[in-house]
Amino acid sequence: MNKPKYTIAVTGLNAIDSPGPGLAIIRGLKDAKSFDVRIIGLAYEALEPGIYLHEFVDKTYQIPFPTAGQDVLFERLAYINEEENIDFLFPNFDAELYNFIKLQKQLENELGIKMVLPTLDQFEERHKVNLYEYGLKHGIKVPKARAVYNTIEIPAIANKYGYPVVVKGKFYDAKIAYNMEQASQHFNKISAQWGLPILIQEFVRGSEVNVCGIGDGKGKLIGAVPMRKLYITDKGKAWAGISLDNEQLLEITRSMVDSTKWNGPFEMEFVKTVDDEYYLLEINPRFPAWCYLTVGAGQNQMEALINLAFGKKVKPFKTYKIGTMFIRYSTDLIVDINEFEKISTVGEL
Amino acid sequence: MKIRKNIAVSDTGFLFNPSTGDSYSVNPIGMDIVRLMKQNKELNEIKQAIMSEYVCDEATFEKDYYDFSMVLRNYKLLEDE
Repeated sequence: MNKPKYTIAVTGLNAIDSPGPGLAIIRGLKDAKSFDVRIIGLAYEALEPGIYLHEFVDKTYQIPFPTAGQDVLFERLAYINEEENIDFLFPNFDAELYNFIKLQKQLENELGIKMVLPTLDQFEERHKVNLYEYGLKHGIKVPKARAVYNTIEIPAIANKYGYPVVVKGKFYDAKIAYNMEQASQHFNKISAQWGLPILIQEFVRGSEVNVCGIGDGKGKLIGAVPMRKLYITDKGKAWAGISLDNEQLLEITRSMVDSTKWNGPFEMEFVKTVDDEYYLLEINPRFPAWCYLTVGAGQNQMEALINLAFGKKVKPFKTYKIGTMFIRYSTDLIVDINEFEKISTVGEL
Repeated sequence: MKIRKNIAVSDTGFLFNPSTGDSYSVNPIGMDIVRLMKQNKELNEIKQAIMSEYVCDEATFEKDYYDFSMVLRNYKLLEDE
């Protein structure tokens, strides 16, 4: 049987200590049994390692930062599409998703590029600042949290929750504060980097467990693999993890997908308390960097997503292999300066 | 006292709890005790089996068995009673 060959563009090629999901997604796509792929990397910076990993990425183009706006992004993608005829695009950064969601129809209608993304409402509703209300609406436990714009607002909230509290940036970063002085320091540091508001969240003690999955946009969960982080870096990223047998977590995930009619990939981050209660910390509206574990555990969710996008019949995954581990590693790529020169000056490699 | 059904024990004494992802290593005596627990053996049967296999008096077995089961309980490897 002849397999189709898709040209798929992927962002998030920054395989660094806080990695983007791009390379994990590409590995999943390369492992797909139902189609072949040509991978087009979309990079923001010339030092993203994926640009130089030619066994994974066939060609890379630089794209403008999200702050440049949708028009500039569309123009660049139109040029890339002329060269490559892209069938599907995986945006992988939270900060770029807004632009891609806004451009979704235009990219499909005018350039023929498909994407599977949450709706703008789904995207906005699960933002960290709205998550507590989101939990109430969808029946999921979420630690109490308040958005603050000034350090003088912190003592009243911290006294209500009790120390420690978690000080979180609106997109990224979270630190635990055991007193007001620490809370102020974290507020200033995180707001300088990620802007306002800052979230002051009740601290829930427990172990971190996450779920990587996809929803079909009609309320059905197509696949889900729960994972516990076994080794966490100082940036809070999983450096090793293991797939879990956890029906309670899967039930919460099914209920979220059913209740929100979630469309596309997602990662749900939970804390499991000693009383076996699960508190939702975050929903990321994209595949996480550890998503290749789902392939290892028997659910190639990236392949399933592509097949869904192209109207193929996709049966929901029923099982996965419990006890499958991932251990991340870092290595040094040797790169010819001509390659660096090319991507830096021409914006293509 | 019963070990949770889903706890896996390998021939090398590697215990894996698939609900939490935690894993542990036990020595050969611990492995024997866990295996006997998994077979739903009563305390007396476990005691007889261990004392026939290892040089050990009854008081020492009972003390060590109690300590070991406390460890298993702390790590949530036992069924709730």
